[in-house]
Amino acid sequence: MSEAREFKVIGTRVIRPDGVDKVTGRANFGADYSLPGMLYGRILRSPHAHARITHIDTKAAAAMDGVFAVVTGADFPAVGREAIVGGEGAGDYADLATNVMARDRALYHGHAVAAVAASTLAVAEAALAAINVQYEPLTPVMNLDAAMAEGAVLIDEHLFTEGLPEKPTKASNVAAFMEFKRGDIEQGFAEADVVVEGTFRTPTVHQGYVEPHACLATINQGGQATVWASTQGHFDVRSMTSKVLGMNVADIRVIPTEIGGGFGGKTTVYLEPVAIALSKKCARPVRMTMSREEVFRASGPASATKSVIKIGAKKDGTITAMSAWLAYEAGAFKGSSMAPGAMCIFAPYNVPHFQIHGFDVLVNKPKVAAYRAPGAPQSMYACESLLDELALKLKMDPIDLRLKNAVSEGSQASYGPKYRAIGFIECLNAAKRHPNYKVKLGPNEGRGVSAGFWFNAGMQSSAEVHINENGTVTVVEGNPDIGGSRASMALMAAEELGVPYETVRVLVADTESAGYTNTTGGSRVTFATGMAVIEAARDIIAQLKQRAAATWGIEEEMVDWQDGQAIPKPGVNADVKPLTLAQLAAKAGRTGGPLLGRASLNARGPGPGFSVNIADVRVDPETGKVDVLRFTAIQDAGKAIHPGYVEGQMQGGAAQGLGWALNEEYIYDEKGVMQNAGFLDYRIPVASDLPMIDTQIIEVPNPTHPYGVRGVGETPIVAPLAAAANAVRAATGIRITDLPLSPPRVLAAIEAAR
Amino acid sequence: GERMEFLCEPQQSMLEVLRDNLRLTGTKEGCSTGDCGACSILLDGTLICACLMLAAESQGRAVSTIEGIAEGEMLHPIQQKFLEHAALQCGVCTPGFVVATKALLDANPDPTEEEIRYYLAGNLCRCTGYDKIVRAVQDAAHVLRGEAS
Repeated sequence: MSEAREFKVIGTRVIRPDGVDKVTGRANFGADYSLPGMLYGRILRSPHAHARITHIDTKAAAAMDGVFAVVTGADFPAVGREAIVGGEGAGDYADLATNVMARDRALYHGHAVAAVAASTLAVAEAALAAINVQYEPLTPVMNLDAAMAEGAVLIDEHLFTEGLPEKPTKASNVAAFMEFKRGDIEQGFAEADVVVEGTFRTPTVHQGYVEPHACLATINQGGQATVWASTQGHFDVRSMTSKVLGMNVADIRVIPTEIGGGFGGKTTVYLEPVAIALSKKCARPVRMTMSREEVFRASGPASATKSVIKIGAKKDGTITAMSAWLAYEAGAFKGSSMAPGAMCIFAPYNVPHFQIHGFDVLVNKPKVAAYRAPGAPQSMYACESLLDELALKLKMDPIDLRLKNAVSEGSQASYGPKYRAIGFIECLNAAKRHPNYKVKLGPNEGRGVSAGFWFNAGMQSSAEVHINENGTVTVVEGNPDIGGSRASMALMAAEELGVPYETVRVLVADTESAGYTNTTGGSRVTFATGMAVIEAARDIIAQLKQRAAATWGIEEEMVDWQDGQAIPKPGVNADVKPLTLAQLAAKAGRTGGPLLGRASLNARGPGPGFSVNIADVRVDPETGKVDVLRFTAIQDAGKAIHPGYVEGQMQGGAAQGLGWALNEEYIYDEKGVMQNAGFLDYRIPVASDLPMIDTQIIEVPNPTHPYGVRGVGETPIVAPLAAAANAVRAATGIRITDLPLSPPRVLAAIEAAR
Repeated sequence: GERMEFLCEPQQSMLEVLRDNLRLTGTKEGCSTGDCGACSILLDGTLICACLMLAAESQGRAVSTIEGIAEGEMLHPIQQKFLEHAALQCGVCTPGFVVATKALLDANPDPTEEEIRYYLAGNLCRCTGYDKIVRAVQDAAHVLRGEAS
């Protein structure tokens, strides 16, 4: 980005173009589509967390009135080992296929083992009950300690740890090992005046999107399928479905519906290949929706983790060494977010000597999926909690401690590159100055501070800018709008073209109508797809200038584009009058045909996101309940295209992070069955649990984006975990290392300390 | 309103009939156990979860859904304020919130922040952190009381 520029519409709080349909109930989400002759698909799920499937008899179900198709693992092709391209997070197509429909083993309670399509939901449910599956139960492996123990039951006998210097001789539940280091860790700790250590755990949690997974699929006898899917990435639904079913990519058209939340959880497939397989058997459209219980039991949650951290520092707070041992549960198949967790943990700090060991570990739980800044909240919760202990030990203000070690432009990031312009120090200074940091606290109240970090992603995007015959604008792009991105795209197109925001409309097009575009994830849409929209607008502006030049009979270089019109540069004949976009559009047929600008790119340099959060809590010493009194979220957005939706990301991330810190967890019984698979018992924060969430947007422009944008969606969930935990520590004087800080756990800690 | 006739199975919920039989898909399904409020409707003016009611129980009753909140061509002030305050992100919980807010403001035109938060505690939103929703409700209440916005 060049010098700071004056914006006309960027930074204004316009009404999103898809808003009216969303407040009136007209917007169509995944479960809202239907087709003539449509059937209802349902999935039979394993009642065992770990079992051999010895026999499946579907004859009785298939013979029932109203049942049109039954499928099991035998109806799906064998899929070869190959790393998944796209999506968000690690994985393998063979595992994906086995996750979509179990073959000879059920690997978690809720694993799909068969599916039916029937005329009504009630008939489909009855048909599931008529399927006879014989299981040979195996011992479930339900946590990291059990999975990593010597002699542990193996979930996959053919799994050998990847990433070790030498291939291991024995199979294990550890799918991968990773090491990052800098300097000499021994020397770093030897140089320290103070050393702090701690072991921290976080539980399995769910993204908790309000809309369950849903799709509608139909395939004809020629093998061409159309799928309406609620997904963050319809191009990934296409590629993943093609792999799972052995279909040609070009034979699958995926139409993205409106999406009712995802947070990373809708970046893979569960239902779509099954719906096509069912549709293929009966030549009828099939709609599938998960129940809330199925969402909890069978869609990807976020990893439970164990983190062992050690920090050494000088008396003045200068960090000399940091080490981390990080284990992440992957669920039943390899591919947790351990790697990004390991790469983020020390990213905010200048650390001369560090060592990070990461482990990706199989357990008999659903395969994890991405969850907002995947991997970072868990590892950074541990590190930022221990930094709080270091500040206490050094009797230093926690913000000052972070300022002392904060990275800035030119610092070498712990994960590799040198930072360009970043806003961490600006966030820390804003926190220090914030009035909320000075509010006096009462008895049983405490204040916690934490930093947050996420890389943000770039990746591939395409966009078209169409100029309609009256000069209005249609933007065509390929990212499902999960939180107001149509508004951001329209704002950027309007800014670049110099036209009113209201004249721009945005279409999120299907896989046959938009150029290839990576998923809505990694906080990449406003950055990368926004860049594509800006470039597509510049492409059409260049064409418009050519046409104006031809109309005027002057050289193209003598034409400028300003405020939505072509104007002659000084020196051109004074009779030449500006041509507005509407005038140029009206004459398009006579000046070269329709006006279409386009761009496709692989965006580099997304610009990392830093945040600082301040949490004030009150802990009830009688019940252990933690109330959040005040919450302050400060984050560098680069440039906030629509400040209202940037604040919304910060507030929503804060609420999710507070849920993770204070209340949310999967609770399992000894057989590996989740005991709280519903919103009553897996309680996400409700309106009465939270205060207003104060936000402050910092704007340190990202030098690689034309307007300075850096992603904002994921960073907000990272800092709240430790901010809340540090506040509870301050309120009680007790460090509780395992999340969530739910009333029973906090009360037990208070009672133990009495 | 409109007089509606339908046949349904005895076990079908109001939510299922609204969505599948009557094709009124503005009422959303988030859990079907009465925990999320995405299917909030008004039954004779009382706020309920459509998933917890049998469709057959609606005989002779007035059912208001999100489709009936706007006044013809005009958005209801609650809907307008949700838009102005960016009080929705994904939007799937929004119909439920709009209906629940209408029930709140019909009963209590001048609620405190705490009253708003407790009244809407049965409606889950995972995107916004509720801040902008509460502000939109406060602002809509202001407008509905006839005070300048």
